[in-house]
Amino acid sequence: MLETISVWIAGGLTLCIFSFLYGDNPIYKFAEHLYVGFSAAYWLIYVWHFTIKQMVINPIVAGESGAWLLIIPLFFGVIMLSRWLPERYSWISRWSIAFTVGIGAGMVIIGQVQGYILPQLKATLLPLATGSWKTNIDNFFIVIGTVTTLTYFYFSRREKSTMSKFSRIGTAFIMIAFGAAFGYTVMARISLLIGRMSFLFGNWFRIVKPL
Amino acid sequence: MFFLLIFSFSISAKDTPNDAGGSITVSTYNIPHYTERIELYRKVKGDTLYKEAGLISLYKGEFDDTLAVAGESYLYRARAITKDTVYIAMTEEFVSSSPQWFNKSRTAVLLFIVIFGSFVFVFIQLAKKNPEGLFIRRLPAIDAIDEAVGRSTEMGKPVLFIPGIEYITDAGTLASITILQRVGKKVAEYGTRIIHANFDPVVMTAAQETLKTAYAEAGRPDAFNKDDVFYLTSEQFGFAAGVDGIMERERPGAIFLQGYFYAESLILAETGYSIGAIQIAGTNATTQLPFFVAACDYVLMGEEMFAASAYISREPRLLGSIKGSDLTKSILLGLIGIGVTFGTVASLLKQAGNPAYMEIFNKVLDFLAMGAR
Repeated sequence: MLETISVWIAGGLTLCIFSFLYGDNPIYKFAEHLYVGFSAAYWLIYVWHFTIKQMVINPIVAGESGAWLLIIPLFFGVIMLSRWLPERYSWISRWSIAFTVGIGAGMVIIGQVQGYILPQLKATLLPLATGSWKTNIDNFFIVIGTVTTLTYFYFSRREKSTMSKFSRIGTAFIMIAFGAAFGYTVMARISLLIGRMSFLFGNWFRIVKPL
Repeated sequence: MFFLLIFSFSISAKDTPNDAGGSITVSTYNIPHYTERIELYRKVKGDTLYKEAGLISLYKGEFDDTLAVAGESYLYRARAITKDTVYIAMTEEFVSSSPQWFNKSRTAVLLFIVIFGSFVFVFIQLAKKNPEGLFIRRLPAIDAIDEAVGRSTEMGKPVLFIPGIEYITDAGTLASITILQRVGKKVAEYGTRIIHANFDPVVMTAAQETLKTAYAEAGRPDAFNKDDVFYLTSEQFGFAAGVDGIMERERPGAIFLQGYFYAESLILAETGYSIGAIQIAGTNATTQLPFFVAACDYVLMGEEMFAASAYISREPRLLGSIKGSDLTKSILLGLIGIGVTFGTVASLLKQAGNPAYMEIFNKVLDFLAMGAR
């Protein structure tokens, strides 16, 4: 019985969201507000339960060793609320933002070098005469593609420079990559649509066998 | 079953290098033929009994004992089990783990950051002396901001700004805040309303601050409406549904999708396109760029977002970092050229029977791979 009710609610809300294809309408608005409201409330409970309660309150109440260190993030969290104080005090919240932004920017640099730049450099250092002409062609396209794409993202180049001509080849490589990524994702989205259709016509209407 | 203590099968244990302690690497040598599994046992100094530590991978012949406690000393014993025999090997000296100050496998990363950091520092100093002397190429998407805000003003419609669905620690979100400053200033000058829907409360706070400053810079601090910068939800598709609803109801004349996006990018961009808004997108999420390119009028691709920040503000620190990264790119281009030429020559020499240069080439690749781990 409970499962039937769940299927009817899920199916009904799916149709409500699909009605957006026709345009904005009261049914869509209902589903949208329900979704936004529920998800915002869910996140509020999630943050309270898994962050504030489990990571701050519980260790302090239990007197865990090193729990006093939690005062630091707690302090930065509390001063965020100073935004609701008069103008004279609301600037204090900027400390929290500055702290978070600083940490984030610092971490990003290491991640980018380690996760993108060095692996890309390694993957581009390829010999162009390997003994297999197929590999040679592959390697040639990888090297030329990387080099010309890099020139596209060279911001000091002038419009009519030689590098700008190279960057046009890079643009072609970028567009080919985008086209491939677009097609690949459309395929994935269609599989999501098939899943939803299977739910509607299989689990709900029971016209077809669910996948 | 026979229990044999033979010299050929042996093990050694050492502190796992380049870690924060708490791991000992046990290596095996001369694993007997037809070994089915190797069981590893450990004994803490002062104890009399060995306790099970795990199974050593036959493929790697190594085991990282990550349950070892830093500072405690251990002895190890391994049992290589074949169908009818058990071979035993053990370590003779106690070994303990400790943290290392430097992770040597990241030397390549350190080198890169030192070089890149030096360039940025030098260019910041140059930019401080003469910011106009440092050239950055024109970015059409940024030039289009004025056009987009102007169009919205003429049509009497608001401007919608979405800063992506990442947190303030993301580089794309940070760049979007700088772009917001430019958009906010234009909006304030033209007297147009700006709606800023947020996925994260901290980003919302930063956006409120930024817009407030932008309105003040434009000489219209009174026109800033704090309630137009609001939190929606932190659920991805809930946020997408909410923004779609705002687009349909408010019908903005210009939409800025700036920041890090995931699968909701196409949903947002398509809805924006369907209502006829001029759309300027920008993201460092490479997987989402194709959708923005397909559905938006202007797109800032990846690093262009960061260059846009410098282009807009002409702020010495931002200009310096863009020029520094350009010089780093020049060096990378040079390294790729040298590396590919060397690799090609090494490959030809290897085919001719001289593999020495190929070994050097592979060592360079290993060095780069170490930094990437």
